[in-house]
Amino acid sequence: MIKGLALLAICFLFGMLCGDLLGLLLGIESNVGGVGFAMIYLLLLKEFLEKKGVWTEEFAFGIDFWNKLYIPIVLAMAASLNVKSAVSSGILALLSGIFPVVLAFGVFFVLIKTIKPQ
Amino acid sequence: MESILSLIEKNGLIFALLWVGLLTWATDILSKKVFASKIPGSAIAIGIALVFGYLGGVWADGKQGLADLPLFNGLAFLGGSMFRDFAIVATAAGASFLLIRKSGVLGLVSLILGIAVFFSAGVILGWSLGYRDAISLCTLGAGACTYIVGPVTGGALGASSEVIALSIGTGVVKTITVTILTPVLAKKIGLDSPGAAMAFGGIMGTSSGVAAGLAATDPTLVPYGAVTATFYTGLGCLVCPSLFYLLLNWGIG
Repeated sequence: MIKGLALLAICFLFGMLCGDLLGLLLGIESNVGGVGFAMIYLLLLKEFLEKKGVWTEEFAFGIDFWNKLYIPIVLAMAASLNVKSAVSSGILALLSGIFPVVLAFGVFFVLIKTIKPQ
Repeated sequence: MESILSLIEKNGLIFALLWVGLLTWATDILSKKVFASKIPGSAIAIGIALVFGYLGGVWADGKQGLADLPLFNGLAFLGGSMFRDFAIVATAAGASFLLIRKSGVLGLVSLILGIAVFFSAGVILGWSLGYRDAISLCTLGAGACTYIVGPVTGGALGASSEVIALSIGTGVVKTITVTILTPVLAKKIGLDSPGAAMAFGGIMGTSSGVAAGLAATDPTLVPYGAVTATFYTGLGCLVCPSLFYLLLNWGIG
């Protein structure tokens, strides 16, 4: 379990480091895409270890635990945000949650016509 | 009573786990009994959590929603950026490059198109409702992608709590919209094969919405849609606070 967590932690820290460096490089005072980098590292490392035959259930368990914590954490986050002052712009959440989806259904229709799925 | 309260305040994180667990339990039952499992339990739970965030803002008159009440201060820790980002990275272990390669050109094109369409639509809507700064617009565009990409982007760029809350709300509405519209429109748009399901997951992105929508359409398509949808969040977290933000900043300034 803890080995999987260590693996996740190293990917996380290394990804965040890359995000910070990229932010510095671009002149933005923020972490740019650190989460995305970390996800890519985890994927690569997992595939590498699987090929080597050292990836075990034990690794998977530690990572899976955090994977399953993700919705609960989002719940805690959602409850600790400044929702009160966001409500006045609530119509934006409704519009941006509905209109682009309708648009995307159209895009999907065109895409499927253009590139036939195998 | 006094001692119970101080016990909870001292163990804020533990009490936060209890609260989140009870909320999940209640919404699971609600999702099954009231919505006949048609709307994903997670979307309902996040929606209710946002309502609590609102109530917390009314009761405590602060900026951190429910977490401004001493009893619930553990929520801000549990839902803080460190744990959040760590858990999101862990979700990548469920994806695999091998599978995405299988989905081929169509899968890749659908992912890129999907993120671009939702992001730009979110930005345009944010602009038309009066947001003008690149950080808020980028967060709102990212929220139109999924309720994860929104807060990750907003957190990285330093957006206000209010804008981040909006981006989560947007993502929740999107999940529900996809869930409802998918079975209604599936036949008309040619969503009937594994390949098409992969492209659909890539365009829509919201894993829970895609899974629930496909389950109501044809349960055998669910795993195919999930393959590309898992990548959507990762790719979104990568490009929204970086490439898209730079483009937006350049376009506005």
